[in-house]
Amino acid sequence: MSDNWTARLSEYLDETLAPAERHALAAHLSGCAECTATLAELRRVVARAEALEDRPPRADLWPAIAKRIGAGQVVSLEPRRRRLSFTVPQLLAAGIALAVFSAGGAWLALHGRRPAGPVFVAGTAAPPVWLSAMKPNYDRTVTELEGALDEGRRSGRLDSTTVRVLERSLATIDTAIAQASRALAQDPGNLYLNHHLAETMRRKLDLLRQASGITQRT
Amino acid sequence: MTPGVATLRKDPASAAAESEAADVALAASGDARAFERLYRTHLARVHSLCRRMMDADQADDLTQDVFVRAWQKLGTFRGEAAFGTWLHRLAVNVILGRRKALALERGRQSSDPEALDDLTGPVETPGMTMDFEQAIGRLPDGAKQVFLLHDVAGYRHEEIATMLGIVVGTSKSQLHHARMALRRHLD
Repeated sequence: MSDNWTARLSEYLDETLAPAERHALAAHLSGCAECTATLAELRRVVARAEALEDRPPRADLWPAIAKRIGAGQVVSLEPRRRRLSFTVPQLLAAGIALAVFSAGGAWLALHGRRPAGPVFVAGTAAPPVWLSAMKPNYDRTVTELEGALDEGRRSGRLDSTTVRVLERSLATIDTAIAQASRALAQDPGNLYLNHHLAETMRRKLDLLRQASGITQRT
Repeated sequence: MTPGVATLRKDPASAAAESEAADVALAASGDARAFERLYRTHLARVHSLCRRMMDADQADDLTQDVFVRAWQKLGTFRGEAAFGTWLHRLAVNVILGRRKALALERGRQSSDPEALDDLTGPVETPGMTMDFEQAIGRLPDGAKQVFLLHDVAGYRHEEIATMLGIVVGTSKSQLHHARMALRRHLD
């Protein structure tokens, strides 16, 4: 085994050698069992490193983090994590209620008032750039979900009454999103509006996902 | 199967990424619940990185620092990379900052390749994974950092060189030394 070649085996493995060196080392490997065996071991080391499993800490660190970021009033999600299940009427009612709340919230923000509700705002200012960063993926996902819903309607898997109510609910949410977007354009640094718009967009996704899930199960 | 439904069923990762993007936006606007969801999603990866790069007894404290820093820096996240990628890089910076402070405090920097000779024979803890992880932990600082950043975290030598303030050749050399030492701890 040549020490010179052995020292280059990792680069050979990572394919970072220049072509000429790579060919020369490949030629050496064809006649050197020891270097070939070492290369195989290095390959196993790399595979083993890539397969290392990540483990969480034994204790939950969130309470301490929440305290440090000033979120002490926010109850941890962990103890009450559960899977929610809605009926179609519940789902649609929730969507409408959210949309009405959203529209009202945007109006309040536009007119310089803050709701007294549980919206938590603390810490950093939110640059509107988040919206442009997430918008392409968001729009694509909404289009996909709406396509699935449309197919459910055409195939008759969703009855016309449900579809009508759903469409009305989504239209109201869209109105709320548009209002919030306009308000944010006037006041990009408004933390409440940033939060409100992101939350409304998220809820629209949730509503569409729930509804398309019903379509798939029907 | 409809095109829309097929798309949804084929790409659950895309839906998860979209949900995470919404949580990032919410967290950036001050929503601590959204930030907690991000924390729970990425906790294991961040904590494992801290545990491997530092002493295990500092991992909890360091992980807290990483997430607090992430909360403070969320406004600078531009979505050019995945949030997990951004968070991991931030974690590396926090860890390296801590290591630097500790090194200055202790007045030592163990990056001597000769220290690799200290890695003799398998360690005593049963279980292959722990043996290998413990062997990584016993590498000299320089070799350990490069190995973890390259082979475990997937950074390129150019990136590692920038992070650690070394030249690319040193990064390659340290990686090779680490791999050679770890061969003995494969099984």
